[in-house]
Amino acid sequence: MALDNANFLVVEDSPTMRQLISFSLKRFRNARILEAVDGVDALKKLSGPDRIDLILTDINMPVMDGLKLVSLVRQNAQLKNIPIIIITTEGAEEDRERGLALGANAYISKPIQSSHLIKTISELLAAV
Amino acid sequence: MTEERAEKFLELFNKGKEFTEELLRENQRLRYRLASLETEGTAGFNEEVQRLRSEVQQLTEENRRIAQRFKEVEEENKDFANRYIEVEEQNNNLANLYVASYQLHSTLDFREVIQIVQEIVINLIGAESFAILLLDEKTNELKAIASEGEDVMPGIESISTRLGDGILGSVAKTGESYYINQDLEDGGKVSLDKPLAAVPLKIKEHVIGLVVIYKLLQQKDSFSAVDYELFSLLAAHAATAIFSSKLYSQSERKLNTIQSFLDLLTTTS
Repeated sequence: MALDNANFLVVEDSPTMRQLISFSLKRFRNARILEAVDGVDALKKLSGPDRIDLILTDINMPVMDGLKLVSLVRQNAQLKNIPIIIITTEGAEEDRERGLALGANAYISKPIQSSHLIKTISELLAAV
Repeated sequence: MTEERAEKFLELFNKGKEFTEELLRENQRLRYRLASLETEGTAGFNEEVQRLRSEVQQLTEENRRIAQRFKEVEEENKDFANRYIEVEEQNNNLANLYVASYQLHSTLDFREVIQIVQEIVINLIGAESFAILLLDEKTNELKAIASEGEDVMPGIESISTRLGDGILGSVAKTGESYYINQDLEDGGKVSLDKPLAAVPLKIKEHVIGLVVIYKLLQQKDSFSAVDYELFSLLAAHAATAIFSSKLYSQSERKLNTIQSFLDLLTTTS
């Protein structure tokens, strides 16, 4: 799909990280950014009227964590094809493998480099 | 009859002689022409060779110049690529700094400011275990008011040290950041009083506390060059945010006390 006019859903409990990720996403022309504070909030946004082209989610969040969210999105017939990027402080190889095995398309460890994030998003959107 | 034949023979002989002489002259002329042509040909050939040699020399020189320019352009390209990466990094750092300062100054609630400082230290600096210490100016004591990663560094939540004592105390006293890389003794072993990094929370030259880091996230091996700069800038923003929120909460408390006192006075009178 085209990189312009993409709709992103940023799922992060930290307002600082939400703002930082959203800031990076503004590199995409006409990007629309929706924000959710946890997995439950994200599912609400996903079932709303807005088309979501890509989800960026943290793992450690209250109420519902990012791994559960990835798993539920992949089980949902309407949502299962949305690319998901996990952005987390958990940098161990087994965490990465677990995230990818649940269906995430990419796994980025914090602290994030904006250029790396942009490159990963561009590749995922181009492949859709 | 014999004389007639002799005359005819003589005439024939003379004609043959003339013809032979003419042939010899022609031969001589042609040989001369051949010799002159040969001389002319060699000179032309030499001239052509000379011209081609000079052309080859010019082309070789041009080729060398182009190769040199190509090398220069390639170097310039490398420089531009490196510069692009640097600019990208700077952009990233500026974005981090912008977001961090925006968040830090978005509230006057002391606990919220401390929570934001913690988020910044985890997400932007990449620390797993750290403490935020504030200086009590009455007792000259530094005390931990927030911490993260107690499992990695037990006792981190109750750090307390006097101004000037040990590494933490001297960072607070001098206002100079400390990084364990600067310390060549003891192989860089981290302990409660010898952290990985200690950065003063300063408002101009006035130190109000410290951010002390004991362990970085697993995926972050060490501080990068820009981290030091970013860390100091963030600490300055954090310091003003903490100081203002602390003053604000103190003034709120005082205001409430005065208000209650006034209420009491008005109801009793």
